[in-house]
Amino acid sequence: MAELQLELKEKIIEQLSLEDVEVSEIGDNDPLFGDGLGLDSIDALELIVMLEKDYGIKLKDPKEGKLIFESIGVMAAYIEKNRTK
Amino acid sequence: MEDHYKITSFCSIRDQTVYKDGEEYYTNTEAATVKDFAKGVYKHLALNYAKFYKMDDLCKLSFLASEVLSQGIEFPEDTALVLANHASSLDTDRKYQESITNREEYYPSPALFVYTLPNIVIGELSIRYQLKSEGVFFVSESFDADFILQYASILLETQKASQVICGWVDLDSHKYDVFLALISKTGNREANAAELNTIYSKL
Repeated sequence: MAELQLELKEKIIEQLSLEDVEVSEIGDNDPLFGDGLGLDSIDALELIVMLEKDYGIKLKDPKEGKLIFESIGVMAAYIEKNRTK
Repeated sequence: MEDHYKITSFCSIRDQTVYKDGEEYYTNTEAATVKDFAKGVYKHLALNYAKFYKMDDLCKLSFLASEVLSQGIEFPEDTALVLANHASSLDTDRKYQESITNREEYYPSPALFVYTLPNIVIGELSIRYQLKSEGVFFVSESFDADFILQYASILLETQKASQVICGWVDLDSHKYDVFLALISKTGNREANAAELNTIYSKL
């Protein structure tokens, strides 16, 4: 799980162009949206694309993202349980 | 345009160099890409605006020119934006097209897609300076000072705006030509087409 969490942090920094953010600055339980990393609605869509592209998880309802993308920890647990690749 | 309007300040970005009011402000001929050059200007300006990194190159260059323009100047919320270019959003359009050509790996990027219209520049600048104003983006053959000033003039004289940021923000692959001017009631240069053409052309 720790490996997947690290992988997610690296992917998020790269794919969401968070150039001034270091992996070490993202806590496993830090909120990704709002006061946390400050991600926005377009970032949420990018994360949905990333789930499908990299882990073979297709969200049927984009609203599910609100729960899944709460933090790196929650996201990693969801991926671990549902990934097809 | 009425005589009392002036060109308050202007900024150009060309050939890896930023000019403010006609003077060289920043240069980096070592930057290999527009992205690298833009990042260098951003760091030089010591900005802290994370959204900058998410922008496409056209927005980055426009944003940076506006930041240079804004030094020591407030942009009230009724500052209008009148911009134009030749290549529209073609640079990002191409990147987006490339990203969706492989039907086996078809994952369109929302973050790229939102930049496939040139008027997103107006949106980015409006968000940055909290503008609640008129904004327009024209696509034309070349910089037309007469036309731009005519439009700006209507906004100012009908009191739709107290000042106008106008100019030309063009990018196609590695070629770019960015020129922004602030038109308001303060400044030493008359806001007329001849003057605007002069300061646009001389660098």
